[in-house]
Amino acid sequence: MTNSEKNRLKDKAFQVFGIFCTFIGLVVLGIFLFDIILEGAKRIDWDFLVSLPSRRASRAGILTAWVGTIWILLLTTIIAFPLGVSAGVYLEEYAKKTKLANFLEINISNLAGVPSIIYGLLGLEIFVRQMRLGSSLLAGALTLSLLILPIIIVTTREAIKAVPRSIRDGSFALGASKWQTVWHQVLPASFGGILTGIILALSRAVGEAAPLIVIGALAYVPFTPSSPLDEFTVLPIQIFNWTSRPQEAFLTNAAAAIIILLIITFMLNGIAVYLRNRQQKKIKW
Amino acid sequence: MSKKQPKLEARDLNAYYGDFHALKNINIAMEEKNVTAFIGPSGCGKSTFLRLFNRMNDYIDGFKVEGNILLDGNDIYQKDVRVDELRKQVGMVFQKPNPFPKTIFENVVYGLRIQGIKNKAVLEETAERSLRDAALWDEVKDNLNKSALALSGGQQQRLCIARALAISPSVILMDEPASALDPISTAKIEELIYELKNDYTIVIVTHNMQQAGRVSDYTAFFYMGELVEFNKTKTMFTSPKDERTQNYITGRFG
Ligand SMILES: Nc1ncnc2c1ncn2[C@@H]1O[C@H](COP(=O)(O)OP(=O)(O)OP(=O)(O)O)[C@@H](O)[C@H]1O
Ligand SMILES: [Mg+2]
Repeated sequence: MTNSEKNRLKDKAFQVFGIFCTFIGLVVLGIFLFDIILEGAKRIDWDFLVSLPSRRASRAGILTAWVGTIWILLLTTIIAFPLGVSAGVYLEEYAKKTKLANFLEINISNLAGVPSIIYGLLGLEIFVRQMRLGSSLLAGALTLSLLILPIIIVTTREAIKAVPRSIRDGSFALGASKWQTVWHQVLPASFGGILTGIILALSRAVGEAAPLIVIGALAYVPFTPSSPLDEFTVLPIQIFNWTSRPQEAFLTNAAAAIIILLIITFMLNGIAVYLRNRQQKKIKW
Repeated sequence: MSKKQPKLEARDLNAYYGDFHALKNINIAMEEKNVTAFIGPSGCGKSTFLRLFNRMNDYIDGFKVEGNILLDGNDIYQKDVRVDELRKQVGMVFQKPNPFPKTIFENVVYGLRIQGIKNKAVLEETAERSLRDAALWDEVKDNLNKSALALSGGQQQRLCIARALAISPSVILMDEPASALDPISTAKIEELIYELKNDYTIVIVTHNMQQAGRVSDYTAFFYMGELVEFNKTKTMFTSPKDERTQNYITGRFG
């Protein structure tokens, strides 16, 4: 075999290997989805969506779980959105490039990699115990807000960075202050990107069970919450609970609940993709 | 000199980017309602000098100014000077058209909105006046609510001029305002400058000698951070005093 033939063979081999690697993840995900849908789809009906939890699998529903999930999503958005965006704007537009800023920057990136259960422990100590919020929706939302703040801060900064210097100069040259420039130019121009980041962060939060279990969210909550200080459950906890039961019927319930959770996640991701595309079309610098 | 008060003036001016001495001991006085062109090879400090007059260099880390820059005889680098007030008097047009991603109308009235003016009649009146003065009104009057990004490059640049005119400055600084434009758009901008000098004091940076010759009353030649020569444009182009000026305007370097 000549050298070039050898090289061509290597090339080919790597190509095949690459394709294999690309597909292995997709295939596993596909099998998982297929399995879940096969198992759970038949269980999804109106009653399943609007029934309270029950010890009898056939009567149990996910009303409290999905209502809790929506509550958590809304509260987390209300808390994390202004905090994360403000922090991102501060770091990108105002903070001087000092050692402290550098230190903050590195640590925010580090925070994004901290396991979620650690945030649960933090939330348990600060929100549940010190602030005496109990195992409430508010405590859960605050905990998840901590979890996704680093993601929001990082994406906000990326979105802001993409706004060209010339736009800021144009605004300053007309007498605008820094704050006016941020408010009237930078934020509107980067809003699509910021929103995309927030939605992706939320779709991460919506799937979290561990930190909420740590702060004491329960699987069995026989009522839908009516205020942020009520106890709650969410879909992932309900799923976790059902999958740990021995009876077959509960596994079916879990599969059905997973389908609902996936639908919520895909919807959030879909909105994020839509916003990003729209933003790209609207603004060409 | 018993002449009248210059509009813009620099006295013993030195400027630094960190350790780099970008402008060296510059003295110049520019009269009201004249066009002054800044010429010189790339990197000689024209933009740096121009941006001193509306303090756009303030944002650059490590930038330092010594000496005085005067507008109507007042030092604009004094502590009590408000930068936003200064920029209402000294407008700027940039090399690359930089319309905001907003409607044409909102672009023109942006400076007014920033000042808190909400009166619709005032805004509309100002928008029309500024667009007329920038020779853009006829082209956009039916599309004021269209995105400014949909305009051509030349139109965008005239929009940026209109935007600067809207806040009624007395000075307009232009940093190579036509260098990114086609010849027809360039001609329009030059015509416009000719019109505008009836009401405004204009300083324009250009790499184009013909352009400097056509539009300016005075020309300043910069070289390596120094102001080599400053004179009436006609005089400078026909009989430059300094050899470096001569070489530059005849195209022997730069
Ligand atoms: N932000 C900056 N930091 C450090 N040095 C700078 C900065 N901006 C400009 N300089 C330097 O200052 C000098 C003058 O730059 P300036 O932009 O004023 O030149 P110019 O005459 O406008 O050139 P051009 O014709 O290419 O626009 C150059 O040597 C440049 O490298
Ligand atoms: Mg320049």
